[in-house]
Amino acid sequence: MLKKLGDYVILMFQVFRRPDKSLIFRKRLLHEFYNLGFTSIGIVLILSVFVGAVATILVAYNTDNPLLPEKLIGFSARQMIVLEFSPTIISLILAGKLGSQIASELGTMRVTQQIDALKVMGVNPANYLIFPKIISCLLFIPVLIVFSIVIGILGGWLACVFTGVITPTNYVVGLRAWFEPYSLTFAMIKTVVFAYLITSISSFIGYEVKGGSVEVGKASTNAVVVSSIAIIFFDLILTQMLLT
Amino acid sequence: MIKVENITKRFGDRVVLDDITATFERGKTNLIIGESGSGKTVLTKICIGLFEPDSGTVTFDDRPFSNTKEKFKKDIRKEMGVLFQGGALFDSMSVEENVMFPLNMFTDMSYEEKLERVNFCLNRVNLKGINDLATSELSGGMMKRVAIARAISNSPKYLFCDEPNSGLDPVTSELIDELISEITEEYNITTIINTHDINSVLKMGQTINFIHKGKLWWRGDNKSVMDTNNKELNDFLFSTELTKRLKTV
Repeated sequence: MLKKLGDYVILMFQVFRRPDKSLIFRKRLLHEFYNLGFTSIGIVLILSVFVGAVATILVAYNTDNPLLPEKLIGFSARQMIVLEFSPTIISLILAGKLGSQIASELGTMRVTQQIDALKVMGVNPANYLIFPKIISCLLFIPVLIVFSIVIGILGGWLACVFTGVITPTNYVVGLRAWFEPYSLTFAMIKTVVFAYLITSISSFIGYEVKGGSVEVGKASTNAVVVSSIAIIFFDLILTQMLLT
Repeated sequence: MIKVENITKRFGDRVVLDDITATFERGKTNLIIGESGSGKTVLTKICIGLFEPDSGTVTFDDRPFSNTKEKFKKDIRKEMGVLFQGGALFDSMSVEENVMFPLNMFTDMSYEEKLERVNFCLNRVNLKGINDLATSELSGGMMKRVAIARAISNSPKYLFCDEPNSGLDPVTSELIDELISEITEEYNITTIINTHDINSVLKMGQTINFIHKGKLWWRGDNKSVMDTNNKELNDFLFSTELTKRLKTV
């Protein structure tokens, strides 16, 4: 475990170097924006709209007390979506999608000697392959999470319109009640940390693959499992540090 | 010229290379031959810097390479071309992008100049008009030739080939061997070829280094290999019925 941690730190030292050619880096960055970020928009939006709707219905179901104001449902749904659902649950979903994608891509490159080929050409493979992935995810995943928050809240509104748990007007009043901008800051801090964990851990696991196709498959699974555990663990730490 | 001196490499308790000293000359095809597991691939990987030796040195034209800092290695690596066993072409890139890759990374040439060089290298390996093909669309022989084109695109001083004709039919193998020999002579490159193919040994072995049980067991060329009495080398090279007949003729 300690050796793995040491290898991870050494790899990150190799990753965070000045790229050999800035033009090549920019091209790779744009490629990764599309490859990792843009292709994730669909799944994020679909999940967000449904979970936003379900969260609203669940809150309404559990606060079925005439003494509680209806706007509390909108308020609670917003807080759930902004503080936990969008940054954490969507990051877990992205750990599944991006983690397996990154680990299998790098693992396949390793076992087919493409990484060796880069190294013997005089290219720093860690910097060339992993740095653009990390930077693109650090920049793009927060954008996805903002989309997720907006669409999740919209999903809650749609649930109000189509199920009538509360009136859409009261839902909107609840959304605007007791709003603290720090909630969004908290969500963004968590998102950036989770984005780094997903990309760096998955890259490390893929980069270190030895063997053949079976090991690439195992690495892909490990990347998802380890990234997910890291996200949950850091979620607890960050929540404790930033909200108390 | 590449020199390896007193190279020893262990994996755990197993000694894979034991005090190997050899010289690989410029403008010649220098072969490393040996059975599977004899240590020839490890020696090649030490030469290209994928492994570090436990002791001994590797020098490229008197410039130290093994156990030196990465920044010194990087300068020498830019002068290397490597043909991996499976080609190791970048599968996210087209043929043109693969061959252009070293030029993109290490030169300031314009796109037109790079394209001209790419087309020249592809022509040199008898491949024309395949610039836009994906690597998955290539046959085994074409992959090897594209890999050779990529290896020579940045005009290397040193060319390393790891079993260049493994998995290829005899005709394509012959073609690849001829190509490597021609390129070596034409550009005066120091070429090291790791092989266990008897045809390559007889055709290209301007110097032959036979590795056996981790030691440099025999050194010669494709003429002396036919007359040697070295039992282990004869057992290795002339093991099949066909090659036994060749030896007796």
